[in-house]
Amino acid sequence: MWSDFFTVSVFVATLASGIRLATPFLLAALGEAVGQRSGVLNLGVEGVMLIGAFAAYFTKLKTESTVLAVLVALGVGAVMGLIYAFVTVIMQAAQGISGIGIYLFGLGFTDLLFQKQVGTPQPIPKLAKVEIPLLSDIPWIGEIFFQHNLLVYLAFLLVPVAWFMINKTTFGLNIRAVGETPEAADTLGVSVNLTRTFTIVIGNTMAGLAGAALALEVGIFQQNLTAGQGFIAIALVYFGAWRPVGVMSGALLFGIVSATVLTLKTLGIVEGAASSLLAMAPAILTIVVLVVVSRRIAAPAALTRPFDRAAS
Amino acid sequence: MEPDPAAPMLEMRGITKRFPGVVANDGVDLSVLPGQVHTLLGENGAGKSTLMKILYGLYQPDEGSIELRGEPVTITSPSDAIERGIGMIHQHFMLVPTLTVAENVALGLGGRHGLSDMNPVKERLADVSDRYGLRVDPDAYIWQLAVGERQRAEILKALYRDASLLVLDEPTAVLTPPEVDELFATLRQLTDDGRGLVFISHKLHEVMELSDEITVLRHGKVSGRTRPSEASRESLAEMMVGRAVELTRTVDQQTAGAPQLRVSELDVIGDRGNLAVKSLDLEVCSGEIVGVAGVSGNGQRELAEAMFGLRPIERGHVQIGDERTSAPTPRQVRSMGLAYVPEERMRDGAVADFTVAENLMLVDYNTPTYSAGGFLKRQRIADRCRELVGNYRVKTPDIDTPTRNLSGGNIQKVVIAREFSSDATAFVVAQPTRGVDIGAAEYIHERLLEQRANGAAILLISEDLDEVMQLSDRIIVLLEGEVMGELTRDEFDVNTIGLLMSGVTSASPA
Repeated sequence: MWSDFFTVSVFVATLASGIRLATPFLLAALGEAVGQRSGVLNLGVEGVMLIGAFAAYFTKLKTESTVLAVLVALGVGAVMGLIYAFVTVIMQAAQGISGIGIYLFGLGFTDLLFQKQVGTPQPIPKLAKVEIPLLSDIPWIGEIFFQHNLLVYLAFLLVPVAWFMINKTTFGLNIRAVGETPEAADTLGVSVNLTRTFTIVIGNTMAGLAGAALALEVGIFQQNLTAGQGFIAIALVYFGAWRPVGVMSGALLFGIVSATVLTLKTLGIVEGAASSLLAMAPAILTIVVLVVVSRRIAAPAALTRPFDRAAS
Repeated sequence: MEPDPAAPMLEMRGITKRFPGVVANDGVDLSVLPGQVHTLLGENGAGKSTLMKILYGLYQPDEGSIELRGEPVTITSPSDAIERGIGMIHQHFMLVPTLTVAENVALGLGGRHGLSDMNPVKERLADVSDRYGLRVDPDAYIWQLAVGERQRAEILKALYRDASLLVLDEPTAVLTPPEVDELFATLRQLTDDGRGLVFISHKLHEVMELSDEITVLRHGKVSGRTRPSEASRESLAEMMVGRAVELTRTVDQQTAGAPQLRVSELDVIGDRGNLAVKSLDLEVCSGEIVGVAGVSGNGQRELAEAMFGLRPIERGHVQIGDERTSAPTPRQVRSMGLAYVPEERMRDGAVADFTVAENLMLVDYNTPTYSAGGFLKRQRIADRCRELVGNYRVKTPDIDTPTRNLSGGNIQKVVIAREFSSDATAFVVAQPTRGVDIGAAEYIHERLLEQRANGAAILLISEDLDEVMQLSDRIIVLLEGEVMGELTRDEFDVNTIGLLMSGVTSASPA
């Protein structure tokens, strides 16, 4: 019982599984953070994740190529990004409701394709673990950090990459300016619409990748596979105060709490209704932390505000 | 190639720009010589901003041509304008508050290998800033800077891009008098370097002091061209408005009555959690106008909102007549006899999508005179609104016109009509003539003085020092939420007030 829980091996396994569970959140939330820093809220992350997940699953099922599966997921994510950019940047539609439209489209469209093209659930081989030489042999540490599939490593590598892009490049400077005071950026010749189109495409591509990471991790597709993960990812952006490291902390916290809940269920420490209640713990935790965090840190000032030169 | 000093660096000819329903520029010519300050004078809506937006590539003209240093050009975008050496100092600073000064300067310039390395930027910025005495910390975030420093950052942004033609859109609107002197010294240094300046302002004494050439716009057309040596403030005002305007108003001395409006030991928290008003005491007697002067952002807005119950009072109380409250609500203070003309008339003063009549009735709609059993008395309301529109000379097609279709001056008249026609005994009036044309401003001033003559106690909050000095019986100067000084009418002096506004208290008698 509880004594089973407090063992090193369970502790190590739970942390490792937490990191694995955090990966789709991290990929999707990093992309969303980049978009929000430029002033665009994309509530459609969940839908794009579903589309990415189905694309990766179906490609893998048909071609058995993991590389191709990931590439197709990236591609459909980018296309969804272009569509969302057209709707919100060029046509200046309200971002909140457009994002919900993207979500509903992703939900219905992937279910339809799944029913028509696959029908009965067929498993695909899960993504193989890649043990990092030497490092993976370190006791405990090795199992926690260095025995994962490649997409897990990629997600965490993208944290410093995103930080560098936002803070150290001229493109990042443009993103930050456009998200705060688009009028000022415009008068200095920075194209607000182009910058936002880029960040939206980046964000949606990463949402597609997040979906692929999820589908290839669980090795299956079903209706509403993501089950709200995309929405949690949006919450994690606020949680992380729009900073890559903050977003990563949020994703890790969420992943580890989820893994702990799973472990407690697996070990039979909590059962029945109690375990269902416990399954809500990560979501409740997120809301509590959000309430505390969002009082302190201001969102990008131009978030959700379409840019219209004539109105400024 | 050495430029010919007598040849114009900018020549705009016959510029016409139409918007649906309005001709914003109608055949406007403007010519700027190097080393000169060319002032563009005109009321709000006269077409100054449109002309400058065309010059900066934000709008394309429908007709007309632009020549830069003798070359015909088409300016397609702001970056195009910047490349051609045009710099714009916007009235509402175009700065990103969450970026540093250096980052704001570097924005849009690109960098080596796409990296935003601030070190070379800071070096060059230091050169430019030393040369023109524009001191500002390159690593400071814009939100940390005072208004004067923000303006220096805005000017540095243009100079860093080596602008040879600078447009300054009402640069003095937010500055204290000493800061204005400093700015003018910088501008003269810029013209000594052979740069050309377009100076946009409606402050006539500044125009007379700084300009080499003056072009006056009215209703989108050039209504006059002159020089300070050939003009007077009166003649400029006449060109702007189209009729003779009385610029100096003599206000009759009047003995004030008993204290009517009082604020004691008031503490108010600002938007950023700071103490915006600190232990403030003030008193306005009936038949008295007390002016509140100060650079914007020194607690004026918070003071007005707290008095009217729109912002919680942390400590202290407000007293109107004999009644006092430490937790006012708008309806409560209205019933105590306070009326309010807010600074943001389109946000707090009127509902843009409501009709003129609806806005006029916002306060009284639920009194038995205008409604019964939850139903409005349409006829009585219409009669009352027609009467108010007539009395307050609101220019509107009819009382059912959406308020957003009116000009700024007429919207303000709607607000004034509603507030001044109540039976209030005390008034808080904030920025009553900001963005209002001279004619309407004149009229609003008359109405304020009429209320004073009728025994009202008026707290006049304004950033327009001329207005405060002209109308007030007493002036208090606010700095960071505290009273820096109080002057009676015979002590009014621009320099004294200016020094108080910038925090110099040990002003020796001038």
